[in-house]
Amino acid sequence: MDDSHDPLISRRDVLKRVGIAGAAAAVPIDALAQATREPFETLTAAEGATLEAIVARLIPTDANGPGATEARAARYIDRALGGFLAPFLVAYRGGLSGIESYARTAKGAAFTQLSAQDQDAVLTDMESNKGFPAAGLFFNVVLSHTIQGTFCDPFYGGNANFVGWDLIAYPGVRLTATANDQRMDVSPKPTHMSAYDFSMFSRKKPDAR
Amino acid sequence: MPVNLKPTDVVVIGLGAAGGVAVLPLAQAGIEVIGLEAGTWLRPDDFAPDELRNNFRGWPQAVQKANREIPTHRTSSTAPASPRLLIHPMMNAVGGTTLHYWAQSWRLNPWDFKVVSETTRRYGASRIPRGSTVEDWPFGLDELEPYYDKVEYEIGVSGQAGNVKGKIDPRGNTFEGARAREYPMPPLRGTSFTEMMGDAARTLGWRPFPGPAAVSTRAYQGRAGCAYHGFCSRGGCHINAKGSTAVTTIPKAQATKRFSVVTEAHVTTIEVGPNGRVSGVNYVKGGMEYFQPAKVVLVASYVYENVRLLLLSKSKAFPNGLSNNHGQVGRHYFSHNQTGGVTALFPKRLNNWYGLPAQGVAVDDWADDNFDHGGLDFIGGGNLWVYSDRRPISAASMSTYGRAPRWGSAWKAFIKQSADSWNVSYLQKTTLPYEENYLDLDPAVKDPLGLPVCRITADYKENERRVSAFIQDKMVEWYKAAGAIATEKTGMGTMGPTTHAYGGTRMGDNPETNVVDRWGFSHEVPNLGVLGASVMGTSGARNPTLTAQALAWRTAERLAKNWKQISS
Repeated sequence: MDDSHDPLISRRDVLKRVGIAGAAAAVPIDALAQATREPFETLTAAEGATLEAIVARLIPTDANGPGATEARAARYIDRALGGFLAPFLVAYRGGLSGIESYARTAKGAAFTQLSAQDQDAVLTDMESNKGFPAAGLFFNVVLSHTIQGTFCDPFYGGNANFVGWDLIAYPGVRLTATANDQRMDVSPKPTHMSAYDFSMFSRKKPDAR
Repeated sequence: MPVNLKPTDVVVIGLGAAGGVAVLPLAQAGIEVIGLEAGTWLRPDDFAPDELRNNFRGWPQAVQKANREIPTHRTSSTAPASPRLLIHPMMNAVGGTTLHYWAQSWRLNPWDFKVVSETTRRYGASRIPRGSTVEDWPFGLDELEPYYDKVEYEIGVSGQAGNVKGKIDPRGNTFEGARAREYPMPPLRGTSFTEMMGDAARTLGWRPFPGPAAVSTRAYQGRAGCAYHGFCSRGGCHINAKGSTAVTTIPKAQATKRFSVVTEAHVTTIEVGPNGRVSGVNYVKGGMEYFQPAKVVLVASYVYENVRLLLLSKSKAFPNGLSNNHGQVGRHYFSHNQTGGVTALFPKRLNNWYGLPAQGVAVDDWADDNFDHGGLDFIGGGNLWVYSDRRPISAASMSTYGRAPRWGSAWKAFIKQSADSWNVSYLQKTTLPYEENYLDLDPAVKDPLGLPVCRITADYKENERRVSAFIQDKMVEWYKAAGAIATEKTGMGTMGPTTHAYGGTRMGDNPETNVVDRWGFSHEVPNLGVLGASVMGTSGARNPTLTAQALAWRTAERLAKNWKQISS
């Protein structure tokens, strides 16, 4: 699959060319992305917006390229909360409401409305288990799911356009790797294929949620 | 009332690593065999290279019988229950966990069979750790060698021999016991990373070598050679290069027409007749209850389920569970000290994205009794193993070695640079059985049929902790010699449910301390055999599967050669 003409990839290239750095610069991109995004499937729109804002700080869009926003990590989590991660849904509902309450108390505004700096301060408190009950646990859950949503097979709705795999230079799914593909001084060309793009596996897809 | 089925000669409970091997020599000897398997058949197109599904969602284990009866654990008889695992480490399917295992297929070293006598001879009896119930095996490596050989050729093990009939070959493991012939296939290829590690080991004066694996390195018996695609860990093989029993011994046994497979059969109890012999097996399939009469029953359902099935099978003759009139079922349990690892960060990309956990380089200089323990405070040791295997979610979940925060832009910059620059070693270490460590039935936790699950009461003891500390230091030394800029040691954890469980139906000549005799048959029930690592009394410093398979073949051959005596 050649995705050089994919709009998201092209936009990333534009970002690189103009040398945009830092989270503030990413805001218009977020807005553009939000405008074209489908509604959340499991979370409410408000919960989804908070989650989007969290993942955007955990793996930010910055000088090193696209982050969890472009990877659609929040979409991955939202879908999985209606499937494999359903046992976590209660924790998400509580945690997302907890972070919003804490943001209003500590910073005087909704988490989604805070500056990147204030959002990071709230997340740092959460990481050290401050702000609301079991905040540290919730932080760890969201972080691990954000990593899953950024680096998983795109089949599950995350790692959109392979931005996660490209970030860490994972050369992608191959059904055969040659001796040369395994040399330390070689960087195999990224395949940009999902496992389920291979005809052998496309007939037995798992539940994408 | 259960449906009474037509009697057969032998029922094998569980078609995994051990049961899947045993059916072949039986069927080839003309004996009628029925294999009862809790899982289903899986095919190459079920094995998509999908990290999230295989490594984070526990597929296909998540939908298995095993997953509904995960053993509970506590560290001692007075400790509270540990948090329960969400996914069973093993799976149900025809082929069992050999479908997705790492396929490292080691023979034990000679010392592993004689831990007590060799330790006593070299260092004195006081060096056997206090509280350990370890015994010498009832035989040495030489007795098992022909069966290792049969299994290596039957399932297709690739590797580099280090000792053929006493002739030492420094390309292989110079510490291994004598083998009759070379491996059927050359080892998995090296990579520039494994070669770099091998060179570093040599600068330390160590003897690195490629490890053995039940993975074809060329076309073998109609199966393809390995494609090194990188999804072997908890993934099945899409080209059948992995020598799972599902694609080797099981189909070969089916071809004899004397072996049939029943899938989705959930065995509940083994039935005992009035003469104190087993008469068959009760199982549930599709909501129906069946009784399968058999002249001989072989239990091959992994350590926890072997013990559970025996303890659940109570009768007049065996009020405390089948073959348990000496109170030995569940004793001498241990889970392998394979945790307590070391990871390392290198100043360059390693390109470990492809390959498989069995594609690596081993050092055995610090395993078993391969070095002098005179000035040390433990017995045994560990096998050091590094390999090429990496997938993106786990790569990005790496430690930051104190060099970056856990999230945000600085973290992102760190993993962009380092996700392919770290490595995880696999350190398997000597583990012993102890009086305080055992399996029994959980008094509270039950499976969906209302039957109690297996309960593990076990923890590592001082000897295991000292071996771990010693081996982790050796691994740090090796990584540093190879140019690592940072290393981290990971914790030992405890003896919870594991892929490397041992004991519970230990093999030995003394019926007071062992459940099965030297052939794998119950001391108390002559027509009941037990297969798998539950019969093993020591672990060695390497993966148990090939040993469990060699023992299974040997028990099956014993049965075939003494059919009349054992079956009637």
